[in-house]
Amino acid sequence: MEFEPKILAFCCQFCAYSAADLAGSMRLQYPPNVRIIRLLCTGKVDPLHLLKAFQEGWDGVFVAGCLEGECHFLQGNLHAKQWVNYVKKLLKEIKIEPERLEMFNMSAAMGTRFADTVREMTERVRKLGPSPLNSHRVTENTEK
Amino acid sequence: MIVAKRKPIDEIKEMLKPYQKILVLGCGSCVAICMAGGEKEAGLLATELAMAFELDKTPKQIDNLTILRQCDKEYIEEVKDKLKGYDAILSIACGVGVQYTAEALGGEKILLPGLNTTFLGATVEAGTWAERCRACGDCVLAEYGGVCPITMCSKSLMNGPCGGHEKGKCEVDRNRDCGWVLIYERLKKLNKLELLTAIHKPKNYGAVKRPDKIVHEAYQTPQITQIKEAK
Repeated sequence: MEFEPKILAFCCQFCAYSAADLAGSMRLQYPPNVRIIRLLCTGKVDPLHLLKAFQEGWDGVFVAGCLEGECHFLQGNLHAKQWVNYVKKLLKEIKIEPERLEMFNMSAAMGTRFADTVREMTERVRKLGPSPLNSHRVTENTEK
Repeated sequence: MIVAKRKPIDEIKEMLKPYQKILVLGCGSCVAICMAGGEKEAGLLATELAMAFELDKTPKQIDNLTILRQCDKEYIEEVKDKLKGYDAILSIACGVGVQYTAEALGGEKILLPGLNTTFLGATVEAGTWAERCRACGDCVLAEYGGVCPITMCSKSLMNGPCGGHEKGKCEVDRNRDCGWVLIYERLKKLNKLELLTAIHKPKNYGAVKRPDKIVHEAYQTPQITQIKEAK
């Protein structure tokens, strides 16, 4: 059976979340691997949320905010980008591929881009395989 | 405030290897402000370590807790019972906090440092801290327009500049401002350039006894003088 990655998305309500809604209205098809958490702004993303997501067993995580320069809270998306880069560094330190985490930018009108983003992330994580934490847990359970 | 930096994760992991039940103890004061040892960082480090040990196939129980200050007994007292059950405590306070928590716990707990304490500094912009004081115990700021030659000059020259600066940058590190150019500019702004003509004696580095201790006059052991006089 082919590995189906579990991907968590933190989406800003003003852009990516609306873009996801639009993708639905446009009846665009995208992989069903993603689960979305709506945020008031990606500036609300805490590095602990991102790290905990990996600890909880998500294979990939992405944060999707407004286009740069168009944040409703001025710089929330830029802060989110910096935190994403910081958490990537933390993941690298403990030998989890940093590519499993990514920051994307889109506007509310970009339903197609949202679908493409989910597709890109799913393919990327599928290639990387299950999160090292998951593969470790699976082997442990099989051994038992 | 005291500014610190997290130790490399491999060094922390190596220290924690022999222990099973670990508590990451954060400190909510200086190190929380410099984003190295506060509540958020304690949570992050505990999560990161838990994942790292799980990946190494040696899973450990790693919890986290943050108190307001690790350099005051009162705050350590409050959580004393909670700390009892752990094999080791990884303190992410400054060096003072690590040592003092161990002392306050009667020296019976293993306290490990999660940070490297670096300097006394100020927040120059969000997320950036810079050194401003060497805690020399004999402040000379009045003579230099409020810019410390000991801290700001790479060579800690009392009588400068050395002549190695270029466009206001230091010869030791061209990315660093020359402390003596800063002193000159400040004195010029204050209209006190004449202070530069003074020749300063070598610095008294013995002003502070290491390790030093200060007892406030109001808190010294009281002498019962009245009774003595009556006798």
